[in-house]
Amino acid sequence: MMTNVVICGIGGQGNILASGLMGSALVEMGYKVAVGETYGASQRGGSVMSHLRVSDDVERGVLIPHGKADVVVAFEPVEALRILRVYGNPETKVIYDTRPAYPLGVLIGEDEYPSLEDIDAEIKARSSVSYPLPATEMAVEAGNAKVANILMMGALAALDEMPLGPDDFFKVLEQNFHGKALELNKEVFMVGYRRIKEGGAK
Amino acid sequence: MTTKNEPGKTYLMQGNEAIVRGALEGGVHFASSYPGSPSSQVLGMLGHIAEDQGFRAEWSTNETTALQSCMGASFANGRAICIVKQNGLLFHGDTIHCGALGGVKGGLVIVSSDDPDSHSSTNEFDSRHMAVSANIPMLEPASVQETKDMIPYAFELSEELEQMVLVRVTTRICHGRGSVTLGEIPEKRPFTPIGLWDRMVGINWLHGFLLEKLERAREAFEVSPFNHYTGKEDADKLIITGGTGMKYVQEALEEYGADGEVGVLSLGCLWPLPEKLILKHLSKASKVLVVEEVDPFLEEHISAIAGKARLNVEIQGRADLIPSIGELNPEVVFKAVREYLGVEPKCCGEGCPAIEGVNIPARELTFCAGCPHRASFFILKQALRQEGHKGVVMGDIGCYTMAGQRAGQYGYHFMSCMGSGISAAEGLGQLTNYGFDQPVVSLCGDSTFFHSVVPGLINAKMNEANILHIVLDNSATAMTGFQPHPGTGQTAMGFETEKISITALCESLGCRVWRADPFDVEETKNLICKLIGMKGLKVLILEQPCATLAAKTREKKKVWVDTDICRGSNCGCDGYCSRVWGCPGNIWDFEKNCAAIDEVVCVGCGACASICPSGAIKVEGGDAK
Repeated sequence: MMTNVVICGIGGQGNILASGLMGSALVEMGYKVAVGETYGASQRGGSVMSHLRVSDDVERGVLIPHGKADVVVAFEPVEALRILRVYGNPETKVIYDTRPAYPLGVLIGEDEYPSLEDIDAEIKARSSVSYPLPATEMAVEAGNAKVANILMMGALAALDEMPLGPDDFFKVLEQNFHGKALELNKEVFMVGYRRIKEGGAK
Repeated sequence: MTTKNEPGKTYLMQGNEAIVRGALEGGVHFASSYPGSPSSQVLGMLGHIAEDQGFRAEWSTNETTALQSCMGASFANGRAICIVKQNGLLFHGDTIHCGALGGVKGGLVIVSSDDPDSHSSTNEFDSRHMAVSANIPMLEPASVQETKDMIPYAFELSEELEQMVLVRVTTRICHGRGSVTLGEIPEKRPFTPIGLWDRMVGINWLHGFLLEKLERAREAFEVSPFNHYTGKEDADKLIITGGTGMKYVQEALEEYGADGEVGVLSLGCLWPLPEKLILKHLSKASKVLVVEEVDPFLEEHISAIAGKARLNVEIQGRADLIPSIGELNPEVVFKAVREYLGVEPKCCGEGCPAIEGVNIPARELTFCAGCPHRASFFILKQALRQEGHKGVVMGDIGCYTMAGQRAGQYGYHFMSCMGSGISAAEGLGQLTNYGFDQPVVSLCGDSTFFHSVVPGLINAKMNEANILHIVLDNSATAMTGFQPHPGTGQTAMGFETEKISITALCESLGCRVWRADPFDVEETKNLICKLIGMKGLKVLILEQPCATLAAKTREKKKVWVDTDICRGSNCGCDGYCSRVWGCPGNIWDFEKNCAAIDEVVCVGCGACASICPSGAIKVEGGDAK
């Protein structure tokens, strides 16, 4: 068994934390895990991604080869597309937050942000199944936009490719969060988890 | 990072965490660093655990002071670790050479993190050459587990040889995560008194001893557990890897079904090279591929070994099958291995649909929402425009290095290494006495000021420079993650220390100093115009805390656009707030055709309110700061 997941978005969205928590949960379960963080100066608004590689026998290198992602989890729509084009294949599954974050060039008016319909159409064409989620909105509703990353991890965990359930992830959450923050993280994880289990595919 | 003493337990660990854990298992007494990515996080983590674990961890003013402090700790038989990035290692230059000559007492390990592809650097220099030049032993891990294991080994080796040991890591190790099985955390060893005739002196009559130590290191490396051979015995095809190369090669060989016919020698001991071990495998091979990060270091030294032994062997690597610049990744290594093996590419031709793609906008780097640097460069550019764009701006290293791009209005002409801006400006400014007719401005951040600008400022003062030097003081080493520096009043272990005032320091040198707030756009612009017109050395300190740091403690004010006032594209400003100002918090509502604030991104600094010509941007409480 070998699952390759790319988790992508822009700096500051909690991508690295999310992939680290997911990886830790899988190591606790005895899986061989490698995670690569591409961060650059990503705190300053650049694209950022983590590669999560889960295997039951060998610990792999930290980067997923092009075209070999089984799942792409994107915290932003064009980032989903950017990554899918390079790391995806026709069998890839995609979960993405539908909230756009406009790059500087778009704000300045020198570049255009594609329509969400066009993005969605291309994602569908390039993947086996896609799950558009208003994750940031759902996280704001639950109490804090910042926990959208954990909501997305809940959605990821609901896919058959991931050999873990909510309780496995909660163990790691409990080691890293306490009190209200822990409860909020658990809550939004389940929001994402249920959303996929109940069929959010398009 | 776990500090539990539970040998045998396995955790997912980041490479930087593994360095910390390795230091702990190596019985560290003293740790010192100046932040530099990709290893910026290491000392911060050491600082958090230092008090509980009974050792000293400190952020140092720069990398040279960091290493020299470690040498002091080593003198009392303490174990010391110094963590730097590749530029920091180069900054060590003199210290590492003299230090190597003098040798060490307690184990002294330097961890240098290289950044192939320069993800968060201005360069991809290769640290390994420093070990050769200074004649010190060098190791490089191939996995996160090896990173953890190598640090205690390096301490032992350092003490055995009485020599400092360099451990080279790269971005994919520092920022990769893998399973790490813990070892034991030992009791801290007591220090040894320094006797009347004990010496640590770097002097040339020790040159012979220096080389002898290196030969003893070579013997140790011949049998070190950090060099592994896998695959076919006596293989005709041999791949030699250093660092991250090993795992990419393993995956590539599986991909092409060649894992049975090729031998893979993964070297963890890189200097001096274990010649006998290498020759044992090299002499059986006719064709060798070397896979390593950045320069053809192993490739060239192994070619020399093969040449001296008069072997008839073809050695390939960075010189041909692998691009001579950039980092290793699966694509580069798969291609190189495929060409080395002479097999056809596995193409995904079928099943990969040809899909017409939408335009994906580039996501260029920019200053964070509310960043004071955005305001500073906006103001500087306006002031220079007012002066007919004659001013020459000499930049430096920090977040504000991004000002060379659109984010900072392409705000500087010159940028080199840390601390270079002011001295380059000094030299250029001197030419104004000989007919050069352009005003000269230099820049630095607060952390860079302490790191290496102070000597430049003294030089500028002594030589009566004709420059305006601007300190962009955001009270943080922001680029690398908000580490304390001498101006912040904090130490790595969380204790308070007396702040060093940049203003007072400059004034004590006799400099004329002005202070301004970059969020007072108009006033600060007028001041810069005035200072550019004045002769002599002027220091301007632009003070406003880093927005990302301030957002953690400051209550966020609501900023909004009054859509009754904003005239949208009918206003002559042409979307000034979103188009020119360029803060990610200032967006454009294409449906309503007017400016808007992205509330998720906005940090509530309110600086944009002062640049809107219609006054449509409103700040809660009416205060723009």
